[in-house]
Amino acid sequence: MKRAQLLTGLVLVALVVLTAVVAVFWTPFDPIRVVPGQRLLGPGWPHVLGTDGFGIDIASRLMVGARTVLLVGIISVGLSAVVGVPLGLLAGQAGGWVDEVVMRLADIVYAFPALLLAILLASVFGASTLTAMAAIGVATIPAFARVARAGTLEVMASDFVLAARASGTSRWGIARRHVLPNIAPLIGVQASVGFAMAILAEAALSYLGLATPRPNPTWGNMLRDAQQFLFVAPLQALWPGLAIALAVLGFNLLGDGLRDYLDPRLREVP
Amino acid sequence: MSLLDVRDLQVDFGRRHIPAVRGVNFSLDAGQRLGVIGESGSGKTVTALAVMGLLPENAHVAGSVVLDGQQIVGLAERGLARLRGNTVSMVFQEPMTALDPTMRVGRQVAEVLRLHQGAESGPARERVVAMLAEVGLSDADRIADAYPHQLSGGQRQRVVLAMALINSPSLVICDEPTTALDVTVQALVLAKLDEVLDASGAACLFISHDLAVVSQVCDQVLVMLDGRIVESGTVEKLFTAPEHPYTRGLVATARLDLTVPGQRLPTVDDFYAGGDHG
Repeated sequence: MKRAQLLTGLVLVALVVLTAVVAVFWTPFDPIRVVPGQRLLGPGWPHVLGTDGFGIDIASRLMVGARTVLLVGIISVGLSAVVGVPLGLLAGQAGGWVDEVVMRLADIVYAFPALLLAILLASVFGASTLTAMAAIGVATIPAFARVARAGTLEVMASDFVLAARASGTSRWGIARRHVLPNIAPLIGVQASVGFAMAILAEAALSYLGLATPRPNPTWGNMLRDAQQFLFVAPLQALWPGLAIALAVLGFNLLGDGLRDYLDPRLREVP
Repeated sequence: MSLLDVRDLQVDFGRRHIPAVRGVNFSLDAGQRLGVIGESGSGKTVTALAVMGLLPENAHVAGSVVLDGQQIVGLAERGLARLRGNTVSMVFQEPMTALDPTMRVGRQVAEVLRLHQGAESGPARERVVAMLAEVGLSDADRIADAYPHQLSGGQRQRVVLAMALINSPSLVICDEPTTALDVTVQALVLAKLDEVLDASGAACLFISHDLAVVSQVCDQVLVMLDGRIVESGTVEKLFTAPEHPYTRGLVATARLDLTVPGQRLPTVDDFYAGGDHG
């Protein structure tokens, strides 16, 4: 059962990644060029999922959208992990006022709505994929910091850290050689769950026009475009919606599955 | 001058200053082995951690601990780190948790070497394998590449022993090193400890609640009770002529050969019911 969950997650994630990679080199049709004679075609051949209001192949746009989603996911999760994990580690290891200051700062960022940040960035720099990545990345820093801090506290209380200190290992050495490898599974799970969140956030932001601008396709702005044809071509809204749902489900399942898989208490004794 | 000199050591914990060690005095010469006996909460481990400078931040330490001519109490972390693992090292009670599960054991031993000698990885590996063999691990080459969960309790405790001994420290503190092992493995590890201590000439502070184990390794013994030393002397004296009633109780309970079938076994409370005991 648990294994099935992990596998389903893996398959879905692999599908997204594969689509995105293929889209870099090849899409069945031009994902941007308007073809006035082919507007709003239903699913069929050669347009497998039909065409949108500009006569552009929906399947091609979905594929390019996967590329954007993956890029935003990687960069924003990477950003928040690279900033959040060291902060959490520092807080957990130093304790005292350092811990207090770092975690209260994290609370402040956490309390600040991500959407507001995205609007702010978009209005200052103009909406782009970059502003969306920055907004999502900054907003998820506290999650990484908290997970890293909790893991660090647990590892710091362990006997092997005491043994390492008794051997003369410095604080920095303990953080690098003992704490980081031991909290890596936690960080991996958080990254996977964070990825799902980033996909959802990216879709929401581009739906609102706060991320990748048109004509570049993203799942969010495809959904927005489909909205005006909802009564004429309802299927058009289904495809990007389905893509978002499956990708988010995939990364969430992967995260949950990894958590169970890596938890030694749930692991079967070999 | 003695290797370790502990004068009037007092340790208490927290804001309410709950005392753990109240005025302990002892000293240890180079190569000497001193056993510390006492029940849980008698302050044995706290004394050992004070010597290592490893007490948690909420501990208040007073008195003096001089190791190899250097005052430990109040010494900064950097200075302590230089001593730990090099001049003084420690063997912990629980071999299951004293090794990092994410690191190959050979690397963990090499780490101690690297920290103090800055050894290159090539010769370090050779020395690690030699050390592992010395503490009685056959097939040391393979064990160096194993992760802790792949080893048995006895094997792990030998690895911990190797970590403590690889820099030839002048003092090895053993905190109940065999308590978590079963009796047969315990005997093997103790014999090995005895052998390697002899070979390296290191002094040893051996903490245990088990008289029999202490008598196997040490010549001198301290008996601790409620943070104080209540008796000290040679192992023979302790066994033959214990002075303090608590010690008499300890010895009596350890002498199973003197028990009479059908009769109730002696307890420490038969001899000593004073102090903080109910």
